[in-house]
Amino acid sequence: MSQGQRIRWELTLLAYLAAGIMFFPIFWLFLTGFKSEGDAIAIPPKLVFTLTLESIQEALTRSDYGLHFLNSIISALGSTALALILAIPAAYSMAFYPTQRTQGLLLWMISTKMMPPVGVIIPVYLIFRDLRWLDNVWALALIYTVMNLPVVIWTLYAFFREVPHEIMEAARVDGASIPQELLRVLLPLSVPAIASAALLSIILAWNETFWSLNLTAAQASPLSVYVASFKTAEGLFWAKMSAASMIAILPVMVMGWLAQRQLVRGLTFGAIK
Amino acid sequence: MTHHRVLTKTRPQALRPNSFWLLGPAVLLLIVWTQIPFALTLYHSFRRFNLLNPERQGFVGLENFASLLTDPIFWTAILNTLVLVGSVLLITVAVGLLLAVLFYQEFPGRALARTLAISPFFVMPVVSALIWKNMLMHPVYGLFAWMAESLGQRPIDWLATYPMPSIVMMVSWQWIPFAMLLILTGLQSLSKEQLEAAKIDGANAWQEFRYIVVPHLAQTLSVVVMLETIFLLTIFAEIYASTSGGPGLATTTLPYLIYLKAFGEYRIGVAAAGAVFAVILANIVAIFVLRMIGRNLQGGRT
Repeated sequence: MSQGQRIRWELTLLAYLAAGIMFFPIFWLFLTGFKSEGDAIAIPPKLVFTLTLESIQEALTRSDYGLHFLNSIISALGSTALALILAIPAAYSMAFYPTQRTQGLLLWMISTKMMPPVGVIIPVYLIFRDLRWLDNVWALALIYTVMNLPVVIWTLYAFFREVPHEIMEAARVDGASIPQELLRVLLPLSVPAIASAALLSIILAWNETFWSLNLTAAQASPLSVYVASFKTAEGLFWAKMSAASMIAILPVMVMGWLAQRQLVRGLTFGAIK
Repeated sequence: MTHHRVLTKTRPQALRPNSFWLLGPAVLLLIVWTQIPFALTLYHSFRRFNLLNPERQGFVGLENFASLLTDPIFWTAILNTLVLVGSVLLITVAVGLLLAVLFYQEFPGRALARTLAISPFFVMPVVSALIWKNMLMHPVYGLFAWMAESLGQRPIDWLATYPMPSIVMMVSWQWIPFAMLLILTGLQSLSKEQLEAAKIDGANAWQEFRYIVVPHLAQTLSVVVMLETIFLLTIFAEIYASTSGGPGLATTTLPYLIYLKAFGEYRIGVAAAGAVFAVILANIVAIFVLRMIGRNLQGGRT
């Protein structure tokens, strides 16, 4: 008994330690964001320092932080909204009116998520160039929609399949049309699933960096590209870099904390039960 | 599955919604932006096309593939890709398994500790590259350099001396949480009775882990390995923001090479041929994942 408890206690400590190590780089980034440039590169590293909001203020007011933040919001929220609009009817159709082809169709949709972006970047780039869509944030949002559509459809489909058909039938008996059935019965029931699909889609779009680097420039680039511009400002502006990075990752990290359970479901497509 | 029949009974065929309009937009978008571009990638892989000299283009057969396959850089990139993916897989699965077992235990503050531990997964790749490259691995001002010095060692310029291991470390940090979360989900479906029975039979903690937990997790682990492989084969931003594929070619992976060929040298044909290889590589794994997903779909509710 006492031995069992001792082992548990040690394991607990080990778990805290592991969590601390994993989180440390993020903690250090946040800390540096509140330092002055001098303190940021001080050796030995300073755990105690004069807290300043200077770097954050500067990062926010410097150049076009607002523009890039807005681009991140447009591309992440815009693509998520569009993905939901497309995915809800599709998932509804597949979950409630499956045919012989439904399963193959769903697997095909999931398979598009497994296509590496480099496999399609060149033609997409050329098409964007010809359409004059390069450096256009809405065009980037369209690509993010395509990128996240399989995840969103899958998440909703998995949830819709669990909805008792009796509920839908009851509405039907009351003479509801299909749009009514969808909007008034199914959607209110599905708020948790829609929220988790949306969270996942926002997180993935917000952090996406391959498409944004290749398809956007000064006007449409989201924070991922803007933060990458610090890669050459080595050594000199760590506090500012940290402040800019902190604000770039914080909103989505909080969402990630909220969506950790749905993450497994959404990204494994039910391969893990 | 019987309720589908019930459903068609309550709503006659004519009243079934037209799945063409419900599914069409989503399917169309996926075809237009994934299938057609891939077909075009294939098309370009058989053509000469340089963005700097767009007049001189035409069908060249397998020339792009030949020039790629005879280029030692291509093989370096393939090798780098395999080393990166393989090493990250090993580390993330091993550490992820350990962490999952730790966080499977119930202890006060578990939710908070787990939340902190999975946070790296939500950090955008560029930011994680900047943290590691500058604040941790910088040879003068980095934390690792300071730690080495306080231990009386000479600080190491990590990204210059050990470029690939540094990238592996960076990427593993981001993907350990993914492995951990998936394995934790797998663990939670492990039956308590089985573990109790083993205890009664006198199994110690190691035996319990080795003979009950590990076999149960075999399927979970294979899913982790396959999904991670697919995602890791696309790693780009970490390399872009930390080493730019260098020093030399030390961290140039297949996606990065394709990027260089297409947007550095503007050789669309050769880049497209490389992209075809990338898709083949990903598909080798994807086939198995899709088969597993398909089986689970058939198996009823998830």
